[in-house]
Amino acid sequence: MTLLELGLAETRDALARRQFSAVELTKAYVQAIEAARDLNAFIVETPERALAMAEESDKRIAAGDARPLEGIPLAIKDLFCTEGIQSTAGSHILEGFVPPYESTVSSQLWDAGAVLLGKTNLDEFAMGSSNMTSYFGPVKNPWTARGAERSLVPGGSSGGSASAVAARLCLGATGTDTGGSIRQPASFVGCVGMKPTYGRCSRFGIVAFASSLDQAGPMARSVRDAAILLQHMVGHDPKDSTSAPVGVPDFEAALTGDIKGLKIGIPNEYRMDGTPKEIIDLWQKGVDWLGAGGAEIREVSLPHTKHALPAYYIVAPAEASSNLARYDGMRYGLRVKGEDLIDTYEKTRGQGFGDEVKRRVLIGTYVLSAGYYDAYYLKAQKIRTLIKRDFDRVFDDVDLLLTPTTPSAAFAIGERTDDPIQMYLNDVFTVPANLAGLPGISVPAGLSEGNLPLGLQLVGRAFDEATVFRAAGVLEDAAGFDAVPPYLAEGGRA
Amino acid sequence: MSLDEATVARIARLARIRIEPERRAALAGELSHILDWIEQLNEVDTDDVPPMTSVGEAKLALRADEVVDGDKVEKILANAPEQQDGHFVVPKVVE
Repeated sequence: MTLLELGLAETRDALARRQFSAVELTKAYVQAIEAARDLNAFIVETPERALAMAEESDKRIAAGDARPLEGIPLAIKDLFCTEGIQSTAGSHILEGFVPPYESTVSSQLWDAGAVLLGKTNLDEFAMGSSNMTSYFGPVKNPWTARGAERSLVPGGSSGGSASAVAARLCLGATGTDTGGSIRQPASFVGCVGMKPTYGRCSRFGIVAFASSLDQAGPMARSVRDAAILLQHMVGHDPKDSTSAPVGVPDFEAALTGDIKGLKIGIPNEYRMDGTPKEIIDLWQKGVDWLGAGGAEIREVSLPHTKHALPAYYIVAPAEASSNLARYDGMRYGLRVKGEDLIDTYEKTRGQGFGDEVKRRVLIGTYVLSAGYYDAYYLKAQKIRTLIKRDFDRVFDDVDLLLTPTTPSAAFAIGERTDDPIQMYLNDVFTVPANLAGLPGISVPAGLSEGNLPLGLQLVGRAFDEATVFRAAGVLEDAAGFDAVPPYLAEGGRA
Repeated sequence: MSLDEATVARIARLARIRIEPERRAALAGELSHILDWIEQLNEVDTDDVPPMTSVGEAKLALRADEVVDGDKVEKILANAPEQQDGHFVVPKVVE
């Protein structure tokens, strides 16, 4: 067994027992990343920073002064600002931007002893479900369908993080989730991805997409690993007025394996027309697994589910059009000189943004423009209230909801690019939790007919990540997902 | 709801994004397609529904009005496309 096969929890324990050093471990990951450059999972690799951090970890371990994540190598989505290291949001307009400060979430991970391996690729400004909108090129999924050679997308927007976790290029990674950008890629690559409650993690230093929806979270190989990582990402931060000043439970301790009497809701409206049978079948298996674990299963109704996605495509672009106004080529980032100030703005943004970002900024500008605000933005915010009320009512009766994560398995790079709405439909099961600010997790639960991973999603009450993790642990054990991506098998690494 | 090329040009101007004239027709089609799909929200009666204004119920916190950061001219200018004597250099704003 090589070092790379150990998960985060096992590695943490092995480092504490000094079975190997943090430097040995980090070197193994640095080499694995170099050997897997064809996946394009990283925009920037930081081997020197990683080794320096690992050396510090070894000193701390030797001195008996180890921190909770001492020596654990992680990858950081390139939407988080990292001091002294290029941070691009996957966009040409930020190419070469080196932040003079660190995001709160990543700084907490370094304070806990973790090691930075590099910055992972993503859809431009986190706008996408395939990683195909990145200025730095698409990311490959380490999974390929049985008998097929086509490269598949890892999902998005946290596609580089997902691919890096699945290909064992890191022990865990950060992601961000505005409409499903942690959970959908986790489902596509067979890893665990958790979006916590809105307000759990500070958004300070994360490039803003849609501020009322964006939330950071962990991606990892197991539910336990995700729980350990999240513990060190959360917490109130005075630098983000929307971060919640609430207590944080011990997430790892929540994994008791006991869900007897827990009430699980199965929302009727998620049985959508056209959802493939294999998705519905896997969902039923999930119901059976949780039922066998002693949970009480109840049919529930969330009547406004089908309106979540179109409402999201008003709210998110509207907020994006406002947030992205800062990229004007004056203080940082790309500047394309024009004839005058306005011309410089327009050329800078015209050349600096990709097609999907332009589409969304234009939609957002339109729905906020004079005469259209009430018809679109206000309407969407009212729908959002109805969606939140649906969840509030259901959570009077049940503790958690179980749904599929995605309506399909991973698709090929280049597919679904003709019609933006076909791409948007990827997030049909994940968007409602963002609109209502609720925690959700995707757990790998089985393989499709084409031998590709499929995830199941659990959604919980606000700030009840502990219950989400507890049931996710039971789901994970029952599913026993131990399939390995063909990329690892071919590389002789499995 | 269908957008014409003139509307695309108008919102592109508002958004300060240069869209080449030959791209406008295609973009008008793409944006109209998305807006048509969004129209389904009109099925929902929202007359008596208040708009959601914040996700959490937490009140915005107050803090002391004190200077806690600053004096970082070099760091702030480090990413500037053009700088001079501790200032950003920008195109002429006032004629």
